[in-house]
Amino acid sequence: MSDFEAAEAAVQAALDAGASYADARLMHRRTEQMGARDGDVEDVSQRSDAGLGVRALVGSGWGFFAVPDVEFGAARRAGHRAAEIAEASALVSRDGAGMIPSEPVVGSWANECEVDPLTVPLSVKGDLLTEATRLMREHGADVATATYDVWDTRKWFVSSEGARIDQHVRECGAGIQATAIGEHETQRRSYPASRGQFATRGWEFVEALDLLGNAPRVGAEARELLTAPECPSGRTDLVLGSEQLALQIHESVGHAIELDRILGWEAAYAGTSWLDLSRLGSLQYGSELMNITIDPTIPGALGSFGYDDEGTPAVARDAVREGVWVGVLAGRDSAAAAGLDYAGSVRADGWSRLPMVRMTNVGLEPGPHSFEEIIASTDDGIYMESNRSWSIDDKRLNFQFGTEVGYEIKGGRLGRLLRNPTYTGIGPQFWASLDMLSHESVAWGTPNCGKGQPGQTGHTGHPAAPARFRDVRVGVRAR
Amino acid sequence: MNDQRQLPEEVVQRVRDVLPGAEVTVQVDRDRLSLTRFATSVIHQNVAEDTTTARLVVHHDGRTATGTTTVATQDDVAGLVERVRDAVGHAPLDPSWPGLTSADADRPRSAEVDLATAGATPRDRAEVVRGFVEGADGLETAGYVRTVHWTGGFASSNGRVVVGEATECGLSGIARHEADGTRWDGLARLAPLSIAELDGEVLGARAAAKARAMAGAEELPAGAYEVVLEPGAVLDLLGNLAAHGYGGRAVEEGRSFVRLGDQQLDPALTLLDDPLEVGRTYDDEGTPARRLPLVEEGRSVGIATDRRTAAALGVESTGHSAHGGFSWGPTPLHLALQPSGDDEVAEEVDGPAADSSVASLVAGVERGILVTDFWYTRMLDPRSVSFTGLTRNGTWLVEDGVVTRPVSNFRFTQSYVDALAAGQVRGVGRTATPVPGDTYSATSPRFSCPALHLGSWNFTGGASG
Repeated sequence: MSDFEAAEAAVQAALDAGASYADARLMHRRTEQMGARDGDVEDVSQRSDAGLGVRALVGSGWGFFAVPDVEFGAARRAGHRAAEIAEASALVSRDGAGMIPSEPVVGSWANECEVDPLTVPLSVKGDLLTEATRLMREHGADVATATYDVWDTRKWFVSSEGARIDQHVRECGAGIQATAIGEHETQRRSYPASRGQFATRGWEFVEALDLLGNAPRVGAEARELLTAPECPSGRTDLVLGSEQLALQIHESVGHAIELDRILGWEAAYAGTSWLDLSRLGSLQYGSELMNITIDPTIPGALGSFGYDDEGTPAVARDAVREGVWVGVLAGRDSAAAAGLDYAGSVRADGWSRLPMVRMTNVGLEPGPHSFEEIIASTDDGIYMESNRSWSIDDKRLNFQFGTEVGYEIKGGRLGRLLRNPTYTGIGPQFWASLDMLSHESVAWGTPNCGKGQPGQTGHTGHPAAPARFRDVRVGVRAR
Repeated sequence: MNDQRQLPEEVVQRVRDVLPGAEVTVQVDRDRLSLTRFATSVIHQNVAEDTTTARLVVHHDGRTATGTTTVATQDDVAGLVERVRDAVGHAPLDPSWPGLTSADADRPRSAEVDLATAGATPRDRAEVVRGFVEGADGLETAGYVRTVHWTGGFASSNGRVVVGEATECGLSGIARHEADGTRWDGLARLAPLSIAELDGEVLGARAAAKARAMAGAEELPAGAYEVVLEPGAVLDLLGNLAAHGYGGRAVEEGRSFVRLGDQQLDPALTLLDDPLEVGRTYDDEGTPARRLPLVEEGRSVGIATDRRTAAALGVESTGHSAHGGFSWGPTPLHLALQPSGDDEVAEEVDGPAADSSVASLVAGVERGILVTDFWYTRMLDPRSVSFTGLTRNGTWLVEDGVVTRPVSNFRFTQSYVDALAAGQVRGVGRTATPVPGDTYSATSPRFSCPALHLGSWNFTGGASG
């Protein structure tokens, strides 16, 4: 029995049990992680799972059931259980659940992958990580860690409307981290980013990161931070490195434009959004330099795919154009509820999770400046890079971020290293203060975007370049 | 294929057949997880899964490899053994392998399994949701009702065999009051030992009372205030204090503030990790779960360890090994802060306080803030356990022991250690409330917390920045 046939059996069982619509995602996923600490590999984990998740609509109620069994009988039972759960949902429902129309697609997609990460010997990967930790320790780290992650996902999607899609997505990434321990505090330095850098690429992507070449610097900078002066408190011009700006985009734009949040579907947990649908197309989100796109078609970016988990083909779309809010991340059900006519941003974290609105690649289009020009144009400010902490309210307005390092900017030049940098603000005010934006864009990958209950971890991409924001509050401290 | 009791021994034998002399552990878990989610007062996401997973750890010739797979057929098991056998031959050396839990180690407790929770149907959960919606009396509602039933087995190559079973349930929900174009949210949360104890209507009414009491909230100036933290907010303090302070890896690496034997917190605080009521009965290494005192009257007395961190620290494992341990290390997930009284259940009260235990603390506040919940708390400094985050789901000004007006959400930047330091705890609630963590699984956090009255909390900004 083929994977498509199993998914079809599940969908048919849900229809037989009374569903007016059903879809099924059958997935095989292999993952591999390794972690090294202070010269030793401490963790080599490989996971392989396969299963089927079925979604059914009965009347106005949705139900979802998942099993790790992809045989015909189990698939049929799963479809039936999904319909049963949907019936129970009707106990607390109202009329109107539905989806926008979609042309059923028959298609196939796979990302580029030169070197299959799962074929690279563990000993080679282990040597890379342990050597990186050794170098960081040698140059100042008290604790040095290095990790990589690999995901290899094959999925087959079938819907009762006739969609039939298979995809093969291979992702990987790695990162190193040095911790220096002082008398009263600890300091951390990471590369390429605080959680590593990830992409829909093969192992060639990890090799290109040059972890070993950067390890000595990372170890030394962690040590240097212990004695660096503290980031001053007050208001100043702020220049953000592209990795920190990527997270700023993720938290204060990406989540805010999720349509399920805007509709209140995540109100109890992830939260809502400050955005009001009645102002879509007119609300000023930021300065004219702010052009944010939703683009799951970027080759290699972590949020790329061929079709989302409702079978909608990947299409690039504007979210913010010249500072004006013009688009959302949507699914077929949320789009119907909002009166919109597009979807394409629904994904599930594996076969056992319900597809929901998730970011794809949400990024800032490059600007006209260079990083050097931005620094040279700044008389008095602070440059911050490498995220260390992030916090934002449930409407995605009030944020506070910390970074691993900051540098004074005086008279158009980078100056002293600063420790414990933080900045805080309100989303639209902050984005309105964007006045310089570099063209040096990097598509940063975020492999740990949490959302939903039960919790789902999403993989998202965020093209971003260094940028300057005027008159920002910095140096918020506990005491 | 759902035999969690015999399968581990079979897999151990398969590995021993192909890798004689290997040290092997096998854990098989069957998780029946169900969650009924509602928003805009209707059930919008209603999900369930029935998943059996096998985890195999092999140490051979000084190298270690771990493999996990979902299990439906014998082919899945055979594939797992083959992959891990291949991996361990190519894995780097693992000089800090801590060995296996002794075959003679204590047996896990026999769990009290709640049959109502284990057998809960989608309709049972929907009925609790309907009660919450009705209890909110017309306000828009959102939240979840969840039930979990776990059975598992563990075997290792030195002959240790243990089995377990547990149930867990919880409700977390908000009611939303709309006035003058603004929505105000109020929260209720409970994780009792049985779904039969989840009274949706009472919890819906509590959430609605809070939401209505928030109408017209305005900003207050930033600054240090006395606070009464309800159990939902105390959960955040305790969870982060435990993860970043009382976790063995943080201590091993020198990132923790904890100095065992020292008086580091207020004498009013006694904290233990108590996984005996809910959750898995043993950890990933077959070590039985047990009560672990962490703080006794303000003195740090214990830390959570797995076998690797225990070996590094020269102590015994406390049974806190968990998947993903490399990133987080062993972490207490079932914290119980000792209340100041013996009342098992607090009484419902009028007004925004969650219950009579909270209200009694509010009565002792000269001028301060009543906080229902914290949100998006993230660490700034591990040594001082300094965090930033926001208040959520209900915040009020208290003057001379009386709630006087609602307050917009604050942002705070605060060292949790400083907040709980000697002299800072002005009151501990008489009743501990069991509250569910955010995630759901057989290892999901469930904390039992009384409310706390603290002398100072550093609010660094309001809703407008």
